[in-house]
Amino acid sequence: MAGFSIQRSTRTSRATALVALLVLAALVAAPWWAGRADLRLLGEIFSFLALATLWNLLAGYTGLVSVGQQAYVGFGGYALFALAMFLGVHPLLAIVIAGIAGALIAIPIAPLLFRLQGAYFAIGTWVLAEVFRLSFAQVSALGGGSGASLPAGVVTGIASERFVREAMIYWTALAIAVAALAFVILLLRSRTGLALTALRDSEIASESLGIGIWRTKLAVYVSVAGLTSATGAFIFLQKLRISPDAAFSVNDWTAYVIFIAVIGGIGTIEGPIIGTILFFLLRETLADLGTTYLMILGAVAILVMLRAPKGVWGIIAERTGWSLVPIRRRVVFPQ
Amino acid sequence: MEWVNAIVQGILLGGLYALFAAGLSLIFGVMRLVNIAHGDLIVAAAYLALVVVQVTGLHPLASAVIVVPLMAAFGYVMQRLLLNPTIGKDLLSPLLVTFGISVILQNGLLATFTADSRRLAAGGIETATLHVLPGLNIGYLPLLMFVAAIVIIYGLELVFSRTSLGRAFRATSDDPEIAQLMMLDRRHVFGMAMALSAAVVAIAGIFLAIRTSFDPASGPARLLFGFEAVIIGGLGNLWGTLAGGIVLGVAQTVGAQISPGWQILAGHLVFFLILAIRPRGLFPRMD
Repeated sequence: MAGFSIQRSTRTSRATALVALLVLAALVAAPWWAGRADLRLLGEIFSFLALATLWNLLAGYTGLVSVGQQAYVGFGGYALFALAMFLGVHPLLAIVIAGIAGALIAIPIAPLLFRLQGAYFAIGTWVLAEVFRLSFAQVSALGGGSGASLPAGVVTGIASERFVREAMIYWTALAIAVAALAFVILLLRSRTGLALTALRDSEIASESLGIGIWRTKLAVYVSVAGLTSATGAFIFLQKLRISPDAAFSVNDWTAYVIFIAVIGGIGTIEGPIIGTILFFLLRETLADLGTTYLMILGAVAILVMLRAPKGVWGIIAERTGWSLVPIRRRVVFPQ
Repeated sequence: MEWVNAIVQGILLGGLYALFAAGLSLIFGVMRLVNIAHGDLIVAAAYLALVVVQVTGLHPLASAVIVVPLMAAFGYVMQRLLLNPTIGKDLLSPLLVTFGISVILQNGLLATFTADSRRLAAGGIETATLHVLPGLNIGYLPLLMFVAAIVIIYGLELVFSRTSLGRAFRATSDDPEIAQLMMLDRRHVFGMAMALSAAVVAIAGIFLAIRTSFDPASGPARLLFGFEAVIIGGLGNLWGTLAGGIVLGVAQTVGAQISPGWQILAGHLVFFLILAIRPRGLFPRMD
C-alpha cells in the first residue's frame, strides 16, 4: 500500500483564515470607527449570525430540524432578566449563566423530543416553545403576559461611562458570534463532526460502524440549546425589554433564522454568514414594505429550496470549487 | 357538575381538533409530509367562508359547497407546483417549503383582512343549547362539529378502504416506486391526497369561523392542536385522531376550569406526558 496522508487546509482556506483574522481585528476595533447606531446594528447582526450558525448545525449537520429554537432564545432572555433583577448578577456574567441554564434544561427535554421522528420532531420543538411562552406568561414577578423592562441600574452597572458600556455590549455580541462559529467549526473538525457527517448520510450505516446516534444527537442538541440561550440573553440585554410574545416569537427567532440559513446554504459553514449579510441588506432596503416584505422572504425561501437547495454559497462553491473553512478531509496520495 | 360539564365540553371540542388532525394525518400517511402551513390553511378557509357568506348571502354552513371545492383545488395546485418537487429527497425541503407557504399565507391574510379578529355569525346556532341536566348544557354547534368529525373520519376510512383512489393512496404510501410501475402517477396521487386534506381543512375552517373569533395569526395554534391530536392518537390511525382530539380537548377544558391561563398550557403538558409514557400514542397503527 502506498502511504497517504489526510489533508484538510487548502490554499483558499489558508487565505480565508488570514482575511478572517483581518476582518475580526477590524470588528474588534469597531467602537472607535463606527457610530452608536452602527454598533447596535452590528450587535443585532452578530446575534442573528450566531442563531443561524447554531440552527444550521442542528438542521444541516445533525438532521434535527427545529422550528422551536425560540424556546431557548426566550428562556435565555428571561434567565438574564431574572438573574440581573432578583439576584443582582452582573449582566455579562448572567449571559454565561443563562447559557449554562439553557443547556441544563435541554437535557431532560431532548429525550422527550427525540421520540418524535423527522418532521414531527420539528413541530414538537414548536410545542415546547409554546409551553415556555405560556409558562413565563404565568410568572407575575417577571411581568406576566405584559413583560418587564430591565431597570436602568442594571445596565449602568456594566460600566458607568457610556462609551465603555456600549463597547462592552458590542464586544459581547462579537464574542458570542465568534464563539458560535468557532464551536461549530471545531466540532465538525473533531471525531463528533465525522460522526455527524456519517449520520447525515446514513443513520443505519453509521450505527453499524459503532456511532452512538442518540448520544451524538443529544450532545449537539444540548450544546446548541446552551449557546442559543446565551445569544437570547444578549438579545434581550440589548433590547432592555422582554415580553412572552417577543421572547418566544416564531417569526423573529425561527422564520428569519431559517431564511438566513436557506438562502445562504444549509449544511455549510459559509452559508449562514452569507445569509446573514443578505438578510440584513434585504431588511434595510425592504423592511418598510411590512407584510409584503415578509411575503417576499417566504417566496424567496421557497424558490431557493426548489431551484437551488444548497443556497447562494452552494452555487458559488460549485462554480469555483472553493472551500473557505477547512472542515473537509481529503486523502492525498504521493504522486 | 362544573367538572362534568368541563369534561363533556372537552369531548365535544375534541371533534374540532380531530378535524384539524385528520387532514394532517392523511397527508402524512400517504406521502410522509408534515405540512407546517396546515393551520394557516384552516384560517385561510375561515376567511374564504367569510368572503363567500358576505358575497353570496349563503348560510355559513352552506358556504361549504363553495369553500370545499375551492380549497381542494388550491390544495391540488399547491401540491403539484410547490410540494411535489420536494417529496422524497430529504426531510428538510418539504418542511421548509411548507414553512415558507405558512409565512406567505399569514402575511397575505394580514395584508388583505388586517389584524382585526373576525367571526362568522351563523344565525343563532352558535349559542343554541340543549339542556341535558341542570348545570350541564350541550351546545348544538359543538355537537354538530363532533358528529361532523365522526362522519368525515368514517368517510375518509371508506375512501381509503373502498375506492380506487384509496387503493392508490395505500399503494403509493407502501411503495412509491412499485406503485409507479403499476401506472399510478405519483404526482397526481399526491395532488389528490392534498386536495382531500384541504377539503377537510375547509370544513374545519368553517367550523372554526363560527365557533370562535380568528385572526391571521391564529394558524400556528391550530397546527399544534392538530399535530398533538395526531401524536396522542397514534400515527397512521384516523380514528386515533378522534381519540387524540378528545384527550386534548378534555385537557384544555379541565385546565381552563382550574385557571383560565392554564387552558392551552394544560393541553400541551398532557401531550408531553403522553409522549413520555406512550411515545407511539394511544392507538398506533403505523411504524
